[in-house]
Amino acid sequence: MPKVHVFGRDHINTDEIIPARHLTTDVESELAKFAMEDYDRDFVKRVQPGDIIVAGADFGCGSSREHAVWAIRGAGVAAVLAPNFARIFYRNAINNGFLALECADIVAAFQDGDEADLDLTAGVITNKRTGQVVTFVPVPQFALDVQKSGGWLEYMKETFN
Amino acid sequence: MGMTIAEKILAARSGNVSVVPGQLIMCDTSWVLCHEITTPAALRMLEERGMDKVFNPDQIVAVPDHSVPAMNIKAAKMYQKLKSWVHEKGIKHFYDVGRGGIAHVVLENTGLVKPGDTLVSGDSHTCNAGALGAFATGVGSTDLAGAIYSGKVWFKVPETMLIKVTGKFNPGVTPKDLVLEVIKQIGADGANYMVMEWVGETIDNLDMEGRFTLTNMAIEAGGKTGIVAVDDTTRAYLGARGVTPDQYTEYQSDADAKYKVVIEIDAGALEPTVAYPHIPSNGKVAGTDKIAVTHAYVGSCTNGRISDLREVANILKGRKVADGVQMIVVPATQLIWKQAAQEGLLEIFVDAGASVSYPSCGACLGMHSGVLGPNDVCISSSNRNFVGRMGDPSAQIYLASPATVAASAVNGYISDPRDFIGAGSAAD
Repeated sequence: MPKVHVFGRDHINTDEIIPARHLTTDVESELAKFAMEDYDRDFVKRVQPGDIIVAGADFGCGSSREHAVWAIRGAGVAAVLAPNFARIFYRNAINNGFLALECADIVAAFQDGDEADLDLTAGVITNKRTGQVVTFVPVPQFALDVQKSGGWLEYMKETFN
Repeated sequence: MGMTIAEKILAARSGNVSVVPGQLIMCDTSWVLCHEITTPAALRMLEERGMDKVFNPDQIVAVPDHSVPAMNIKAAKMYQKLKSWVHEKGIKHFYDVGRGGIAHVVLENTGLVKPGDTLVSGDSHTCNAGALGAFATGVGSTDLAGAIYSGKVWFKVPETMLIKVTGKFNPGVTPKDLVLEVIKQIGADGANYMVMEWVGETIDNLDMEGRFTLTNMAIEAGGKTGIVAVDDTTRAYLGARGVTPDQYTEYQSDADAKYKVVIEIDAGALEPTVAYPHIPSNGKVAGTDKIAVTHAYVGSCTNGRISDLREVANILKGRKVADGVQMIVVPATQLIWKQAAQEGLLEIFVDAGASVSYPSCGACLGMHSGVLGPNDVCISSSNRNFVGRMGDPSAQIYLASPATVAASAVNGYISDPRDFIGAGSAAD
């Protein structure tokens, strides 16, 4: 059962998610070692494959660096749920088939370390400790199409080759 | 229904008669801007998928800027990757180390990007070029790869925020103070997914350099881009670069265009503004608190232009940077560096005890040329004051206009530049 890591602050930016000092690589497994480094240096020690990040509003603001998506995905994170996302981070997530799920009341619904059940088909996440069920905004059809193709480049290759 | 400038450009470039906010469109991109940090990843993705082609080598501009001249071997490899690709694919517009500077400022000066164009780049400050009446926005490496390959990019048509600015800047108050005030008012995500369209007599009277400062920081409010309509100032700027009106399409927003938000600002009421750590919306009047600084940084795609350097020189002339303060000035491009040398500005900086660095992104994003150490306090003319942005996560970054940075460097603490300049100065 995936654990939830709660980063409740608003405006967690891409410099915190993956600082520029690590941008001399684009290898996901390398970037993963530094995921969230300037927000929580111990995060990569705690996170397990399939875990979920719950964050405050405007997650991923700042730089366009796609390394932010790669770093947290590489660290094992399966999805980020936040009230909303910064624009470029959100589209980078779509392009990578990574789940950035918009959910207004998500921060209040979880405590750090809670276990959760994420049901994409139903569009809900359940807190296993409290039993609370929270609905998130369904993934847009366009994003699902891109995901189905395997990512934006695959989608583009099929469409414009 | 009427359309905004951004909607008109997106309609034209996606083959639609009209578009509405929220609509997903496939858009042709006029230009793709590439630097050495996010482009190598895009090239790798394309190579891995056997999509190793370029839609049009004449519509790609490549400018290494973030980590050049290389500060370590990894950075050198990224530069090599960009350079070898440029040569292999015959990329026409390559501004190599020694011929370029910061990509956005190099690009604005080339005359390549024109009103009505679309531009994408793997860099969030691509919105800078919106001052030319173009639709320019930052994307990640995957979108960049797609654009390099096909010349196409998908967009959700954004809504637009209208920012009306009236009145005259008081001496010592600059466009940087205006944009910091707007971000303070609307919040760091106040324009999330929106175009920030700047209008009003203050904008009409602003030179292109000031307009670039405004559009550059659209991303600091979450905006998709900033934009300013074409007028005589734009036409003259382009004309000086050999671009004539028959080479571009001017779009104006319709009188009945729909705006999601309208903001009104009185430029005459603005004061020198400093964004406190750790978010650009955290603005206060300069000098409100006496905050000692260890570093003063002038540069970046926001405020490393010649007019910025002149403002700094006005304050530094005949004065010294305070003991204990490391001041670095980074002219944004080779051309600006040379112009600053010819005008004697560099000599003023050096005489004041500041160091002048090579044109690049420098310490703005903490990669080289002035990276901050633990607990350093920096007043910077750049665009972001996030934790760890310029170096150690314990460092404190304050954002301000070049004039405020200079005044603070002289005093050794964050200061109001109005104490240093009178009416009629270059900052007027």
